[in-house]
Amino acid sequence: MPINNQVPEVNAGSMADIAFLLLIFFLVTTTLETDEGLNRLLPPDQDIPEIVVHERNVFRVQLNDANQLLVEGEVLELADLKHRTTAFLDNGGIIKGAADYCDYCKGDRASDSSDNPHKAIIYLEHTRATSYGTYIAVQNELVAAYNGLRNRESLNAFGEGYVAMEQRFYDEKTTPTEKEILKKQIKQIQGLFPQKIIESNANENNNPHEKI
Amino acid sequence: MRKSKKKFRALPAVSTTSLPDIVFILLFFFMTVTVIKDTNLLVENTLPNATEAVELKSSNGIIELRIGKPLQKYQGEVGMEPQIQLEGKFIRVDELQGYVLGMLNKMAEHNRRKATVSLKVDKTVGMGIVADIKAKLRAISLLKINYATLDGEVLANL
Repeated sequence: MPINNQVPEVNAGSMADIAFLLLIFFLVTTTLETDEGLNRLLPPDQDIPEIVVHERNVFRVQLNDANQLLVEGEVLELADLKHRTTAFLDNGGIIKGAADYCDYCKGDRASDSSDNPHKAIIYLEHTRATSYGTYIAVQNELVAAYNGLRNRESLNAFGEGYVAMEQRFYDEKTTPTEKEILKKQIKQIQGLFPQKIIESNANENNNPHEKI
Repeated sequence: MRKSKKKFRALPAVSTTSLPDIVFILLFFFMTVTVIKDTNLLVENTLPNATEAVELKSSNGIIELRIGKPLQKYQGEVGMEPQIQLEGKFIRVDELQGYVLGMLNKMAEHNRRKATVSLKVDKTVGMGIVADIKAKLRAISLLKINYATLDGEVLANL
């Protein structure tokens, strides 16, 4: 009787299928989670000297317990907030010829709105019961207004959007020399429309300044 | 002419013997890049939407706080009010500073300066607890914060 001494080869034909199954499993379970959000810089914890600001330079945004929005004393829909904020920041109401006249502003130049973007302050108030979702929505619209204006100036000056420039600045592929240039350009645009958002804490009386 | 036609007819089958290897390489790639989160959620955590969000750079130097209503099974212990979750356990607002400073200590020196607190807050939570946390963070000079959001229309937050 002939004896087969050879060990039979394991059939590897299904190897690909097994590997495919595993691959698909990992593909499905992988959530390439990229964290993103709105960056803020809190004000340092110290007494802030009082500053006197003209009422026309303050843009009041208030949120109540029922998540309703009150802007400059009138009820407003969230969808209109960005437009109103842009109009306020871009107003440039100071008379032509004054030292801090805003020559790049394209607003209405109304006398009862902000003098120039440097003086324009957004004052955001909320209560302890305001929902976080609404708060973030408002923050987002305010940032959107700033970004819109910064984009406009950036496109004018450098032919590249502000947000795109920021993205490129943080990109790892950007060379240090490019970064140096970008940093200067970003600083310049930020200087044109500095973000000044003051937040009032519902349970505190002092006004912590919050800006980027 | 005829010769080349003959050649076409005798086209050999593409060898698939290297297919498993290719698939295995892909498999290993996905296995290595997959990050399996080891902390499970103790609180409800539906992030709000935002359109102007920027990507949070490097995962080093980030302290993640999750804030939301405790899940059903934990409500017996901690109640219904929104709670803070830090690395898989509940902490109270007055314990926050100690824990955060502890985490800051464990961080590498170069990360400490750019340490950011990522606030992952459920969109239904009231601003009260968020304001308290911000006040506590200010007191220990940890001023960089990030409100974690998802990409999407903000009107969905309301």
